Amino acid sequence: MDILLNADQIAAAIDDLVNRIKSDIPADSDIAIIGIRSRGEILAQRLGGQLSDYFSDQILRGTLDITLYRDDLNEPKDTQPTVRSTEIEFDVSGKLILLVDDVLHTGRSVRAAMDALTDMGRPGAVRLAVLVDRGQHEYPISADYVGLQTIVDADKSVCVHFIETDQEDRVIVE
Amino acid sequence: MMSVKSNKFQWTRKHLIGISDLSRQEIEFILDTAEGFEQISTRSIKKAPPLRGKVVVNMFFEDSTRTRNSFTLAANRLSADVIEFTKKSSSVSKGETLIDTARNLEAMGIDIVVIRHNAGGAPKLLTRSINACVVNAGDGFHEHPTQALLDVYTIRQARGSLEGLKIGIVGDIAHSRVARSDIYAMTKLGAEVILVGPPTLMPARVDELPVKVSHSLDAVIEELDVINMLRIQFERMGGNPFPSVREYSHFFGLTVDRMKRAKADITVMHPGPINRGLEIESEVADGPNSVILKQVANGLAVRMAVLFLVNQAATQESKEKQS
Repeated sequence: MDILLNADQIAAAIDDLVNRIKSDIPADSDIAIIGIRSRGEILAQRLGGQLSDYFSDQILRGTLDITLYRDDLNEPKDTQPTVRSTEIEFDVSGKLILLVDDVLHTGRSVRAAMDALTDMGRPGAVRLAVLVDRGQHEYPISADYVGLQTIVDADKSVCVHFIETDQEDRVIVE
Repeated sequence: MMSVKSNKFQWTRKHLIGISDLSRQEIEFILDTAEGFEQISTRSIKKAPPLRGKVVVNMFFEDSTRTRNSFTLAANRLSADVIEFTKKSSSVSKGETLIDTARNLEAMGIDIVVIRHNAGGAPKLLTRSINACVVNAGDGFHEHPTQALLDVYTIRQARGSLEGLKIGIVGDIAHSRVARSDIYAMTKLGAEVILVGPPTLMPARVDELPVKVSHSLDAVIEELDVINMLRIQFERMGGNPFPSVREYSHFFGLTVDRMKRAKADITVMHPGPINRGLEIESEVADGPNSVILKQVANGLAVRMAVLFLVNQAATQESKEKQS
């Protein structure tokens, strides 16, 4: 097990994401932040908290469960996927959607998330922010805002731990 | 709000035959899964892709509006293709047996059979002769599991939990597969169930069920948190189980007067179709305590969850067969 980011480095990476989003997206944008369950949801909460004085205090936030859109649902797998609820209480149509996930790997989750999003309406634009881009993309998908860009061997997995769910802030490779 | 649920539980049933087979954890897993399906019905594109390319057959040997349409819509919203099968327009009217009919349909490549049959045990019989998933949509006087699941889902939504609630099931218990499935589901989730009705409408061996029995609605109305008014099923009754409709309504109908003696927040349910003015007065059925239409809406989410889960279990089973 290697530590990719410790708590301070996670905080710095999130600060960096916030600064790049601010310099790229105008403050008067019709923006909504949507996290992909489950670690993307927490990253989205933190980004939303730090971006609320830049955009607006009532910045729209939502959570997307992509289970029903996974491309491996009808393939046998080791762990059964669990369906949870999607909580998006606003119309996504026309909005700039900042989609947030913890790790970008194959790109399949992001593909699923975009299909789920477009079933709810027609966003004006979609941007992707991730804490770690570990390479080995299988789909032609890349992130607009990346906290840490790195290459991790294909047989290893990157696990993001957040205090809210895992009692610690740490990104490890196992 | 962060909801962290354990990923360790694995759903392994490719058939849903009855609530009596299910553990409390399994019931709660279905209800939790159903929550994830609720929002599909409220958004602009009311469809998600998890059963794309799968075929669901609705085999209904008895009439039904709610359950049948609910299953069809649930399958459609999961992107499955649906074959509607009715007794009248099929070879069953030429004498084909249930198993032959099902095997022939299976030869066309179906994945899930939703079956309603007037003989208790028909769905179970089917599981022994075909490979497809089987979901019971009501069999004889046996069980109607998805109705019970949507009932407990609706109660959980209205009251937070079933733990410690007193639930009255009123009316024609003897002819009701809904009552039977409800009793299992509600007691497994921690509620206390009181069956209310005349002795002629109580099932045989009622003393073996985990319930209390009362022959007077007036005696128990004040203590109930939830009341489920069953339909009087004239089509299933032989003889005269009660002297007159008016007398039944007088003693066991949920009237405006009787509601005045109930708890202010009592939850009023009915599985439909309603005999207005007989088991329930219109003012009560359409009143503020009624969740009758919510039951119908929730039925859709619960049935989507059931179809999704049995298909997942079948996917998993195919892996175990390969290895």
